[in-house]
Amino acid sequence: MDTKKIDIQKLLAPAALVILYIFFCFAGKNFFSASTLVSILDSTYYVGLMAFGITFVIITSGIDLSIGTNMMMSALLAGYMNAKGANIWICLIAAVAIATFVGFLNGTLISRLKLPPFIATLGVMMMTQGFGSIITKVQTQRFPGAGAPGSEYKYIFYKTASGFPSGIVYMLVFFVVALFLLNKTRFGRYTYAMGSNEEAVRLSGVNVIQWKTLVYTVCGFFCGLASIVYAATYTTIIPGTGNGLEMNAIAAVVIGGTSMAGGVGTMSGTLIGALLMSVLKTGLMSMGLQGHFQTFFTGAVVILAVLLDIYRNKKATAVK
Amino acid sequence: MSENTQSARPVVLQMIDIDKRFQGVHALKKCNLELRKGEVHALVGENGAGKSTLMKCLTGIHKPEEGRIVYNGKEVSYKNPKEAQEDGISIVHQELNLMNHLTAAQNIFIGRESKGFMLNDSIINQKTQELFDHLKLNISPTEKVGNLTVGKQQMVEISKAISFDSSVLILDEPTAALTETEIRELFRTMNDLRARGVTMVYISHRMDEIMEMTDRITVMRDGEYITTLNTKETNLDEIINAMVGRTIYAEPKTHSNVAPDAPVVLEAKNLVSKDVKDVSFQLHKGEILGLAGLMGAGRTETARLIFGADPRTSGEIYKNGQQVTIRTPQDAVKAGIGYLSEDRKRFGLAIGLSIADNTILAAAEDFCKMGVIDEQKVRQVTEEYIKKINIKTPSISQLIRNLSGGNQQKVIIAKWLVRNCDVLIFDEPTRGIDVGAKSEIYKLMNDLAAEGKSIIMISSELEEVLRMSDRIICMCEGRLTKVLDIQEASQEVIMKYATMRN
Repeated sequence: MDTKKIDIQKLLAPAALVILYIFFCFAGKNFFSASTLVSILDSTYYVGLMAFGITFVIITSGIDLSIGTNMMMSALLAGYMNAKGANIWICLIAAVAIATFVGFLNGTLISRLKLPPFIATLGVMMMTQGFGSIITKVQTQRFPGAGAPGSEYKYIFYKTASGFPSGIVYMLVFFVVALFLLNKTRFGRYTYAMGSNEEAVRLSGVNVIQWKTLVYTVCGFFCGLASIVYAATYTTIIPGTGNGLEMNAIAAVVIGGTSMAGGVGTMSGTLIGALLMSVLKTGLMSMGLQGHFQTFFTGAVVILAVLLDIYRNKKATAVK
Repeated sequence: MSENTQSARPVVLQMIDIDKRFQGVHALKKCNLELRKGEVHALVGENGAGKSTLMKCLTGIHKPEEGRIVYNGKEVSYKNPKEAQEDGISIVHQELNLMNHLTAAQNIFIGRESKGFMLNDSIINQKTQELFDHLKLNISPTEKVGNLTVGKQQMVEISKAISFDSSVLILDEPTAALTETEIRELFRTMNDLRARGVTMVYISHRMDEIMEMTDRITVMRDGEYITTLNTKETNLDEIINAMVGRTIYAEPKTHSNVAPDAPVVLEAKNLVSKDVKDVSFQLHKGEILGLAGLMGAGRTETARLIFGADPRTSGEIYKNGQQVTIRTPQDAVKAGIGYLSEDRKRFGLAIGLSIADNTILAAAEDFCKMGVIDEQKVRQVTEEYIKKINIKTPSISQLIRNLSGGNQQKVIIAKWLVRNCDVLIFDEPTRGIDVGAKSEIYKLMNDLAAEGKSIIMISSELEEVLRMSDRIICMCEGRLTKVLDIQEASQEVIMKYATMRN
C-alpha cells in the first residue's frame, strides 16, 4: 500500500506537465508541432542545468541566489577571453571552471565561515554581477554566431547543422549525472542527511564542512554548464544581467516537489519543473499572451505546487 | 489544614472512561481522573504511561474517541487549548513556550494586547506587576524573558496561565530544569495557589517532590488508570509498585563483571572546558561506567568533550594507551568512539530519512566504491543489524520518524556498531522509552559489554545507574567528586557525592 501511494505522488508532476501540454495544444495557435516542441526545449536548457545544481543546495536546506549572475558572469568572461583571441573550447572550459570556483567560494563562506546561505550568496550574487562588468568594461560580449568561424560548439550544445536540438542531449546527459550524484553516491546521501539533520550528521563523524562546501561547488559547476548552453543559444552576453534568473531555477526546483526546509527532493522533479515552466512560457506565447503573463502564471504555479505539497504532506501525516 | 478538608472538597473535574488510539496504538484505555477543588493532584507513571496524552485530551489538543469530561458539573469537550484556557483550564508544558526577545509582560499578554491599533505596554506592565505581586514574585514585567533564569521563566509561564483566571492548572514536569532554590520558589507559589482554591495537576518523576507537595496521586500504567491514592496514607513503595506493576523495579548490580586486569581502553586526563573542571578517569575493556549527577553536573558536557563535539580548553585523551587528538566528532569516530545523544531527534538521527540511511551514516565510506553507494551491501548490513539488535520495522526503508523511541535508539546503536566503535557513550539511553523497550536496551548494553565493547553511560535515573554500571563516576558542578565501585554504591551514596559542592 505504501509503494502505491508513492507512485501516485511521483506521477502527479509528470501528469501535470502532460495535461498542460495537451491543454496548450488545443488552446494555443500552432502549439502542436515539432518546432514548438524544440523551442520549448531550447528555453529549458540553461534554467534546467542551473536548477539541477541548486537542487543539491536546496535539499541541504540552503539557498544559492548567485546562480543566475554566476552563470552570466562565467559566460561573459569566457566571451571576453574569446574576443581576446583565446580558443573557443578553452573559453568554454574556463567558463565552467570560473563558475565552479564561485560555487566553491559560496560553499566556503557558508560552511567554513558560517555565513547564512542567503546572505553569503546574496553578496556573491552582487559581486559576480559587478565583476563581469568590471572586467569587460561593460562591453557586450559576442560568441561566434551560427556559421561564423569557431561556431562548431553550437552544434554540440545547441543545434546541429541539420537542426537537431543537440542541447537536449547535453542537458539530459548532465541530468543523468546529477541524478546519479544525488541518488547513488555518498555525496548525495550526505546531501539528504545534512538537510534532514545537519547536527546529527556532524555527530556521526562526517566532515560536514567539507561536504557542504562540495554541495555549493557542484551547484557552481552546473552553473558553468548552464553558461555554455546559454552562450551557445543566445551568443550575445550583456554585462550586468543574470539577476533574477536564479528565481526561475528555484521555481523549477520547488515545482518539482523539493522542500525548502531540506531533506526532501528529487532530481526528476526538478527536470519536470523546468520543463513545465517552459511549456507554460511557450504555451502562453502561442495564445498570444506576452512575457509578463508568463511571469504571472509561473508565480501562480509555484504557489499551487507548494500548496499541493503541503496538502499532500498533511494528508500523509494525518494517516499516521 | 488541607488534609482535613480533603475529602470534603467538592469535585471540580472528572474525566471518565477516556479512550484514545493513535494509528492502532491504544494510548489510553478507559482512563479516569478526578480533581477536587484546591488540591495538588499528582499524575504519575513511567514514560509512555499516557499522562501527557490524558492531559492533552483534557485541554483539547487531542480528541478522545470515547469517554466524558465533566467540569463544574457540565460535560465539556474542547476543540483546542484556547477554548480550554478560556474556560479556566491551563497547561504549562515541560518545554517552555516563551519568546525570549519579548518582555515578561509582553509574553504573558501575547494575543491579548490592549484593544485598538496602537499598543499600550504600560497597561500590560501594570497588570503583570499586579499578577507578580499577587504571586509574590520578584520579576520585573519589563525584563526580557531571555535574560531570566529558567526558574523565573517557568514562573512567567505559570503567571501567564494564572492570568487566564485558571481554576485548573496542569504542570507538566515543572521542576525538570530547575535548581533547588527555584524548586522551593515554585512550591511556595503552588502553595499560595492551592490556598486560593486553584486545582493543580502535577506531573513529575520526582517522588520526593510528589510526597511533599501533593494531596492525592493518580497512577497510570501503559495507558490505563491504576489507582488514586491519598498522599498522606501511602508510601513510596506502594506508588512505585502501582507504577511498574511489580514489586522490584530493578535489581541493582552487586558486583562488577569486568575482569580486574582488563586493559584501559580510554583514558581522559584533566579535561577542562567551560562547563567541565579538571575531569580525569579511565574506562576499561568490557566495562559499563556510569556517570551520575544532577542536572548541570557536567556529565553530557564531559561526554561531548571526549567526542569532540564541543571545544576543549585543555586535557588529554588516550585510546588504548596512545594519545589521540580529538578536535571534531570526526576525529573521535576515527578513534572508535561513538556517542548516543540524550536528544536523539536533535543530535542523533536524520528522522526524515530511512533506517538504512541512518544505519550507514557514520560509516558511509565503507559502503562506497569510488563514492558510489553499494546498495546491495547497505541492504545486507542493515538487515543483519535489524535482526541482531531486534529493531521492529516492516522494512529497512521505513522512515525513522515512524519508529518508536526504543527502536530509534536501536538504530543509533546500529549506526555505531556498523562503524565498529569499541567505545560507546550512551547519554540517557532510555529517556522517553517505554518499559518494555527499556529492558531490551539494557540487555543490549550488557551484551555489548560482554562482547568487549566499553560503555560510558550517563543517566539521571539512579536505579538505572545502579542496575547497569560496573563503576560509577559522580559529578557535581563540572567536577568529578568520586569514583565508586558498584559494591559500595547505593542511591544515598551517589546522591551524597552528586551534591558535594566544594
